[in-house]
Amino acid sequence: MGKQGKQSWIFQNKVYINETATIGGPMEAQGPLKETFDITYDELHCHEDNWEKAERKILQQSIQTCIQKAKLQSDQIDLMLSGDLLNQNVTSNYAARTLSIPILNMFGACSTSMETLAVGSALVDAGFVDNAVAATSSHNATAERQFRYPTEYGGQKPATTTTTITGGGSALVSKKPSDIRVESATIGKIMDYQMGDPFDMGSAMAPAAYDTIKTHLADLGRSPKDYDLILTGDLSSIGSPILKDMLKEDGINIDDVHNDCGLMIYNSDQPVFAGGSGTACSAVVTYGHVVSELRKGNLNRVFIAATGSLHSPTMIQQKETIPCIAHGVVLTREELS
Amino acid sequence: MDYLWAFLVGGGICVIGQILLDVAKLTPAHVLSIFVVSGAVLDGFSLYDKLIKFAGAGATVPITSFGHSLLHGAMEQAQDHGFIGVSIGIFQLTSAGIASAILFGFLVAVFFKPKG
Amino acid sequence: MSNKFDKQNYKNTVKSYQPKPNLFLNCIKAFIIGGLICVIGQALTDFYINVFGYSEKDAASPTAATLILISALLTGLGIYDKLAQFAGAGSAVPITGFANAITSAALEHKSEGYVLGVGGNMFKLAGSVIVYGTVSAYIVGIIRYLITQ
Repeated sequence: MGKQGKQSWIFQNKVYINETATIGGPMEAQGPLKETFDITYDELHCHEDNWEKAERKILQQSIQTCIQKAKLQSDQIDLMLSGDLLNQNVTSNYAARTLSIPILNMFGACSTSMETLAVGSALVDAGFVDNAVAATSSHNATAERQFRYPTEYGGQKPATTTTTITGGGSALVSKKPSDIRVESATIGKIMDYQMGDPFDMGSAMAPAAYDTIKTHLADLGRSPKDYDLILTGDLSSIGSPILKDMLKEDGINIDDVHNDCGLMIYNSDQPVFAGGSGTACSAVVTYGHVVSELRKGNLNRVFIAATGSLHSPTMIQQKETIPCIAHGVVLTREELS
Repeated sequence: MDYLWAFLVGGGICVIGQILLDVAKLTPAHVLSIFVVSGAVLDGFSLYDKLIKFAGAGATVPITSFGHSLLHGAMEQAQDHGFIGVSIGIFQLTSAGIASAILFGFLVAVFFKPKG
Repeated sequence: MSNKFDKQNYKNTVKSYQPKPNLFLNCIKAFIIGGLICVIGQALTDFYINVFGYSEKDAASPTAATLILISALLTGLGIYDKLAQFAGAGSAVPITGFANAITSAALEHKSEGYVLGVGGNMFKLAGSVIVYGTVSAYIVGIIRYLITQ
């Protein structure tokens, strides 16, 4: 019985994260998590001709580094699940050209990190594949120019804006035991609370995180006390307090255990407005910082709810509101005997 | 004194733009479109010329003057050529602005790379 | 039982979580930068009048072209967008903002080639200014022409 409650999955045949790899851009390399990256770049083009190539390089490197760290070759990988923010998931598809690994592309905007990890773990658990790589990337400039304005355009951004992070993160999951286990997952529903401002995605996405966290706790019969950390993807300094107050209305208090990847990735003196966002935001924080804290034993059980804002510029211009989603995965520390 | 009035009037027009951005929550493209239309309408009542006389570059540098110049060129030719003159003259005074924006924009695109 | 975070109340409830733009400070910044750009424009106008002997009316064109050149260069050097974050409308409303819109679009789409990228996208932000300026000038021009005849 893998299904638990309405929306949650408990993995029955222990699934583990064997290795992870994270890549960071110049701003991320100056942030508090700089030590957790495998590779960082000091310039946004990553020595490539254009922004799209730069993002592709980051994703490719994160996948290859992850496979190398696991001492495997790419032909030993059964499946890769990946996604990014660009139209038609071009970063993933083009990065996969050279890898010759069977691939499932996924789009859940900034929730793709946990979407790919959850589905990858489920397929490993069910025995359809022996191992799988879950990989996501985002790039500040590719996202800026697709979702907002040309990067050199002088538009004043409001304080509620989130900054798309430049980075990529990959995780290799299999049944081979390691000290980090993927315990369960909760798949989110689309929540649209009629918010339509793409320069304030924290407010738009908070209800999605609220719904997924609440459902997760109910499905598994747990309370926030059962976790050392409940992490949201990119609610930023705007969405995080909204989420906490929404849960409080239902008698759930996560004040002591909550943090947001978008707030952890940058220092408060960096010019990032309300915080970081982007597909890679939850991926690099989870696969870098969280995994290393679990390994060290500083954390034992973590729930990561990656939030995604599923709009496009066309929809916004047609005055549509923003549908949002959050997918969650629980990682636990496993004592290796 | 010319400089003081240019500063005050030019700055004042920008403040109206800032209010439209922050209070009315319009995008910059909407604000600038409203401004050029306003410039043309004000010129229709011959008011914009008075502002230029008074504020100099404070009135010619903001984008409102683009609407004013479009109409001005159109009206000058309309006097000689009637209705057709509107079409002949509409870009007459603004051509330096549009042409140089295209040329310099192009050259910068050739020689620079976006910095992000 | 109505919850302040219910769907119908949400938009109003979360307003208190969103930092308001500091309108007064933003206006001051827009005023100063916008005013300064106009002062530079005035200095250029006087320069073209006094040095090259242009009439006051004819000096407007070289003034605009010079401001556009400066703005295009600052855009290419990656400075104009940073100035704009500070100045807001102060750098968007002057003709330099128009030049920035054209240059930034051209520059950003260079990776798609010179014809479809640079050529095809140059006016994607500034185009609406030309369209609405032209349409409104036509309408006002024809009305004025009819009235004055």
